[in-house]
Amino acid sequence: MFRTFNKFLSLIAASLMLATVSAKAEVVVASAGPMSGQYASFGAQLKAGAEMWLKHVNKKGGINGEKVKLEIGDDACDPKQAVAVANKFAGQGVAYVAGHFCSGSSIPASAVYNEEGIIQVSPASTNPALTDKGGKYTFRVCGRDDQQGEVAGKFLADNYKGKKVAILHDKTAYGKGLADATRKNMKKAGLKEAMYEAYTAGEKDYSALVSKLKSNNIDAVYLGGYHTEGGLIVRQMRDQGMSTKLISGDALVTAEYWDITGDAGEGTLMTFSPDPRNNPAAADVVKEFKAAGIEPEGYVLYSYAALQVFEQAAVQAGSNDPAKVLKVMRKGKFDTVIGSLSFDKKGDVSLPGYVFYEWSKGKYSEL
Amino acid sequence: MEYFIQQLVNGITLGSIYGLIAIGYTMVYGIIGMINFAHGDIFMIGAFVALISFIIFGLTGVALPVILLLVLLIAMLFTACYGWTVEKLAYKPLRGSFRLAPLISALGMSIVLQNYVQVAQGARVKPMQPLISGGLEFFKNSEFVVTVSYLQIFIVVLTVILMGIFTYLITKTDLGRAQRACEQDRTMTALLGINVDRTISITFIIGSSLASVAGMMFVLYYGVIDFYIGFLAGIKAFTAAVLGGIGSLPGAMLGGLLIGLIETFWGGYVSLEYKDVAAFSVLIVVLIFFPTGFLGKPDIEKV
Repeated sequence: MFRTFNKFLSLIAASLMLATVSAKAEVVVASAGPMSGQYASFGAQLKAGAEMWLKHVNKKGGINGEKVKLEIGDDACDPKQAVAVANKFAGQGVAYVAGHFCSGSSIPASAVYNEEGIIQVSPASTNPALTDKGGKYTFRVCGRDDQQGEVAGKFLADNYKGKKVAILHDKTAYGKGLADATRKNMKKAGLKEAMYEAYTAGEKDYSALVSKLKSNNIDAVYLGGYHTEGGLIVRQMRDQGMSTKLISGDALVTAEYWDITGDAGEGTLMTFSPDPRNNPAAADVVKEFKAAGIEPEGYVLYSYAALQVFEQAAVQAGSNDPAKVLKVMRKGKFDTVIGSLSFDKKGDVSLPGYVFYEWSKGKYSEL
Repeated sequence: MEYFIQQLVNGITLGSIYGLIAIGYTMVYGIIGMINFAHGDIFMIGAFVALISFIIFGLTGVALPVILLLVLLIAMLFTACYGWTVEKLAYKPLRGSFRLAPLISALGMSIVLQNYVQVAQGARVKPMQPLISGGLEFFKNSEFVVTVSYLQIFIVVLTVILMGIFTYLITKTDLGRAQRACEQDRTMTALLGINVDRTISITFIIGSSLASVAGMMFVLYYGVIDFYIGFLAGIKAFTAAVLGGIGSLPGAMLGGLLIGLIETFWGGYVSLEYKDVAAFSVLIVVLIFFPTGFLGKPDIEKV
């Protein structure tokens, strides 16, 4: 009795397996980032961009006649979870990943993607090591922290000559990398920092740090870290009666920063690429995002563009096979919502660098 | 000197919050001899209830002191219900079984509460705009102006008042006598006609409502909460309870203040990076010389 039952079961299992194989006339792409945890607002940005692209591409009938399926991976900006997500994608037969967000996640995940032959294009990870040490399957459509640090370091040296600048970082791959790049460039331009400190991401109490900044009469704080901590630090600085300026990088480009700081965030400066929302090629897509109730701020359009690159490369290659798409990506030129771009030998993008933005009244605008 | 005073103020504020949470650990340990690992998450629930009620009352335009009082009462009430339910569901059925069983179910409860809030409220951080701003400034003529915000004063004053009330409750009332009796010998207490189950439930209710006060302070002071705050705060408060001598009410407060001060001063004078290392190193050193903490009673022999 049991034996027949077992045979029956294995028959079902076998037919199910066959079914999945025969149903594979679709190409699977993925978007990965912190969908949960304290950086979830950035995960939401990547997801929004990817879902909008999916809608558009399937309306056009997919890529090379194959329907597109989108998988969402949640790494919570945790390096271990990022590797688990990457392995899961490999098991799901994902051909192309637009992710991850945090550099600390993208770098370990890229090792898996290179081993499995999955193309990875990060919309947001700016740490130089991602492409410097990454394999041939690794790309990014955002800038690098050495570019960002150059802009920030020069700005600080020019505007705070003879004044006191403190550099803080959160010990993550992104935060420390950015802080160190800025520190190096600031020194090159002739200004040495007055303080260099690290804090722990996820903490809420920065009163000791703020008092320390106050006693050192710091005029400006450069922060290598994310908006949740940056917001709290600026808020606690204002609570202790300090008017010190906060200057940071691209991890502040989310409306959530203002939710945390309130009016304390007034005048905060950050570096980010020229706003893709102003790009004429993006006008239609931006309108569509707004109609759907999504503000395409920060990295939304980057996520959309990362997937556009795959779409165009696959069409040019005439195949959805990652190995063939990769060859086109190395050489080709792609028209995306963030501009016309190509990739260099390392996998870095040929887009203009960073400019300064200022937060004011809940919005950021180019300085 | 001015800098020292500023860091002292920072440390005392942080320590007050830790101390209030630590009382919950210490009271439960005192009475049933188990570590309630879900207590940090009860604190987190208190913070969420406070945040939600702040937002609701913020829309009504009631005067600020009234809002504070109402939110305090609502947060205490709701969180006390959670504490009471947790005890009834996870610990009471295991009373009398082997010693590790309630410990494991406490860990389970902690995960349940954390995930429940993550699912119900979302994983994103929940910010609140500052409600009370401004403060007093001292040493205006010196180079370093010491700022004590009204919030810091509010937090410390509220903590002192609550400590006073609960110390009176434990040492002078019938309820406190019953609690101390349960602590010494539960069987004997029951034989003397005291409802042990009720006394334990009330202990959980008191501990949870104090945690919710800490939660409300946290929301007001930092303005940002997420479902994970209970973990870190819980660990710190537990450390504070052990440092002060677990089972002792003044010990919990002392431990909380010590942990807050060590963290702040280490961060302020040595290195911010290693302040947690410093706090836990002090714990280890203290436990070598005072195995039961500063104010703990040496005769208790439990987990």
